[in-house]
Amino acid sequence: MSLDEFLSMGGYGFYVWTSYGVTFCVLLANIIIPVLQRKQFFVKALKKQRQSL
Amino acid sequence: MFLIPKAVVRFYHRMASPPHFYAFTDKVMPWLIIIFVLLTGFGLYGGLYLAPADYQQGDSYRIIYIHVPSAWMSLFIYMVMAITGAIGLVWRIKLAEIVAISSAPIGASFTFIALFTGSLWGKPMWGTWWVWDARLTSELILLFLYLGVIGLYGAIDDKRVASKAVAILALVGVVNIPIIHYSVEWWNTLHQGPTVTKMDKPSIHVSMLIPLLLMALSFKFYYLIALIQRVRVELLQRERNAQWVKAKVLEMR
Repeated sequence: MSLDEFLSMGGYGFYVWTSYGVTFCVLLANIIIPVLQRKQFFVKALKKQRQSL
Repeated sequence: MFLIPKAVVRFYHRMASPPHFYAFTDKVMPWLIIIFVLLTGFGLYGGLYLAPADYQQGDSYRIIYIHVPSAWMSLFIYMVMAITGAIGLVWRIKLAEIVAISSAPIGASFTFIALFTGSLWGKPMWGTWWVWDARLTSELILLFLYLGVIGLYGAIDDKRVASKAVAILALVGVVNIPIIHYSVEWWNTLHQGPTVTKMDKPSIHVSMLIPLLLMALSFKFYYLIALIQRVRVELLQRERNAQWVKAKVLEMR
């Protein structure tokens, strides 16, 4: 099977790859958002600690 | 109680303690990620490459490898949310409350994915993006329940009160779960019947079934990873005045 054949998914490429692409983005966002929130928490908490010192 | 081994009871009590939970999840996280990557890798390789095209649906059926596991997760996570919510409601265990509310956005995401990929599968196979049939409508209601839980939690400032309110809403919504599951049997609909979760032998070839089960397992591990990430943030925020969080902040310097 060639790469072109694989990507075309028997003519259903648009439907299959859009499904996989959107799923990937949604699942990735669910990891990135809390990781960023945690970083933000520590940045804020550190600032507060410095102010109180 | 005497039937449960002591080690299990000890583990349960330790996990309910925020600093222990934080330290423990730090240690297991790399392993969870390794298992998730392996399962997803083999699942996608099997599903997108090794498995043959369907004799009726051609290659469009390959959406099944994310559609069905996502739909299963949407129900599974809802049950986790309702049960941990109830535990929080009855025993006031903070960690249970946090697991319940942290599950909501992940469950909503899987519900959205199930609806979205279903739509993309329905267009070429049914000729329509959407029908108001029992399966699709009850799954859409599930999405609204998740969004309701997230909105309600955000609307109440006192997070312990918010957790109570959210747990009650989640428990009332449990009535929707069997409706979703049995909708394709109770009502005549465009949506195809179950292929795996029925009493009879699964009506799907092994070469298609194995990648499907691998993906289902991979999504379970994904949920664990995403859940732990969210629980940690929520724990830090709720416990920001506790000694162990202050120590963690100092470590970060």
